[in-house]
Amino acid sequence: MAYHSFLLEPISCHAWNKDRTQIALCPNNHEVHIYQKERSGWMKIHVLKEHNGQVTGIDWAPESNRIVTCGTDRNAYVWTLKGSMWKPTLVILRINRAARCVKWSPRENKFAVGSGSRLISICYFEQDNDWWVCKHIKKPIRSTVLSLDWHPNNVLLASGSCDFKCRIFSAYIKELEDKPAPTPWGSKMPFGEVMFESSGAGGWIHDVSFSASGNRVAWASHDSTVAIAEGGKTPVVASLYLETLPLLCLTFITENSLVAAGHDCYPALFVYDAERSTITFGGKLDVPKQSAQRGMTARERFQNLDKKATADNKEAVLESLHKNSISQILVLEGDKAKCTKFCTTGMDGGMAVWDVKVTRVEKKI
Amino acid sequence: MAKNTLSSRFRKVDIDEFDENKFVDEQEEAAELQGPDGAEPTHLIHQGDMMTAFHVALRNPPVNTKNAVVKERAQAIVLRVLTSFRSSEIETAVRSLDRNGVDLLMKYIYRGFEKPTENSSVILLQWHEKAFAVGGLGSIVRVLTARKTV
Repeated sequence: MAYHSFLLEPISCHAWNKDRTQIALCPNNHEVHIYQKERSGWMKIHVLKEHNGQVTGIDWAPESNRIVTCGTDRNAYVWTLKGSMWKPTLVILRINRAARCVKWSPRENKFAVGSGSRLISICYFEQDNDWWVCKHIKKPIRSTVLSLDWHPNNVLLASGSCDFKCRIFSAYIKELEDKPAPTPWGSKMPFGEVMFESSGAGGWIHDVSFSASGNRVAWASHDSTVAIAEGGKTPVVASLYLETLPLLCLTFITENSLVAAGHDCYPALFVYDAERSTITFGGKLDVPKQSAQRGMTARERFQNLDKKATADNKEAVLESLHKNSISQILVLEGDKAKCTKFCTTGMDGGMAVWDVKVTRVEKKI
Repeated sequence: MAKNTLSSRFRKVDIDEFDENKFVDEQEEAAELQGPDGAEPTHLIHQGDMMTAFHVALRNPPVNTKNAVVKERAQAIVLRVLTSFRSSEIETAVRSLDRNGVDLLMKYIYRGFEKPTENSSVILLQWHEKAFAVGGLGSIVRVLTARKTV
C-alpha cells in the first residue's frame, strides 16, 4: 500500500501508461500533467495544454501509446508522442454540453465519450480523410452519461447515466471491424442497439464495469447500492443495499469480486455469488492504524454528554488513507480477472496504490 | 413598446413544463398500494399488541400513488403507531424488520420530521437513532434519493 499526495486540490481524472511508469492526471484545471516515476518520487515531465475547460476524462491506450482527453469545453483531443512532445489532434464530438468520460476500446481503434448532451459519441479514425469522425448513440438516453466501460469484444459498451439506468449498447462500426460473435447479451448487435437496460429504480449511476469475460456488468448508484447483472436470455440482476455513503467508482478484480470506493474514502470489497444471485460486503480494504486511546476525565465526559448527547470520545478525524472521497479506481497489475494491484485517486489530491492478495477459496461440496 | 407588456399573464406560465427534454419518470405498472387500513392498527394498539400494529402499519406503503390524501392518511397511521411505542421496545421492533422494512421506516420517520407536533419529534428521534444503528447512512441516503416517496 503506497500513498502519494500530488496536489492540494482534487485529481479530476487520471490514467497510466502501459508499464505503469508514468501517470497522466488533471489537477482540477484545464491542463493534463504527466508525471514520471523516479526512485525518489514523482517528477512532472509534461504539461498538456489545449483544453479550454476542465479535463473530465483521460484514457491512455497501452499498445498504441495514445492519450485521449475530454473536457467541459465540449472537445476531445487525441495526443500522440512525437519525439519528446505530445501533439494534440482535435476530435469534433458534435455535442453541445460538457464531455464527462472517455474510454479507449480494447483494440484501441475507437473511443467512446459520454457527455451532458445525453448521448455517447463513438469516435474512430477515418484513413481517407485523415480525420477523427464520430457517430452518436442517442436513444434512449435521457440524461448525462457519467461513466463508460467497454466489453472485451470491442463492440459492446456499458454506460451509466443520470437517468438512473445502466445500459449496454452496441458500438459496432462496420467500417472498422467484422460482425462480432454472439454474446450472452444478445447476438444481433447493430450500432446503437440496447442490449440491456437496468430498471432505473435507484439513483444516478456513478460508475459501471464489465467483468473480465464481459458476461457480467456491475454498477454503483447514488442511492448507496451496488448491483451486478449477469447476461443471458433474461439478465439476472443482484443488488446490495449498503449501509454506507454512496460509491463513486468500482472495478472487477476477479470474475466474482469487485472493489469499489466512494464518499466514505476507503475501498471496499464485494463478492458476487452467481448461484444464489447475491452480493455480499467483503470488508474494508483500508486498515487504519489504531490511534492511542487516551483516558477521559469526568469533566470531558460531561461535556461530551452535554454537547453531543453521547459519552463517546470518537475523534472527528478520518483514519483512512484517503482524506476525502475517492473518485476513480483503476486496475494496475493483473487484469480484471486476476488483479494484484489497483490504484485510487480522490478529491484529496492523493493517489494510492493497493495490493490485493488473491486467495484461492476451495469450494467444499 | 408599452402596449405588449401590459399583460403579465406570461409570468404565470411554467416554462419547464413545455421543455421537450424534460425528464419524466416512466409510469410503472406496479399496483397502487393504498396504505395501511386505518382501523386495524388502532384496534391493535388498544389491545396492547404493539409489534403487530407496527408491522400492519408498515404494510402497503403508498409509494406508487401520487394521491396526497392517501399518503397523508398512511403517514398519520404510522405516526400514531410509532408514538404509542415505549422507548424500551423500539429497538426490538426495529430489529424485527428486514432491509427494505428499515428503509421504509426511515422514509416514514423523515416524513414525520417534516411536520413536527408537540411530542412527535422526541419519539421520532429515538426511532431514528435505532433505525440508523441498523440501516446506517445508506438508509438515510436512500430516503433522500428515492423518487417514490411514501
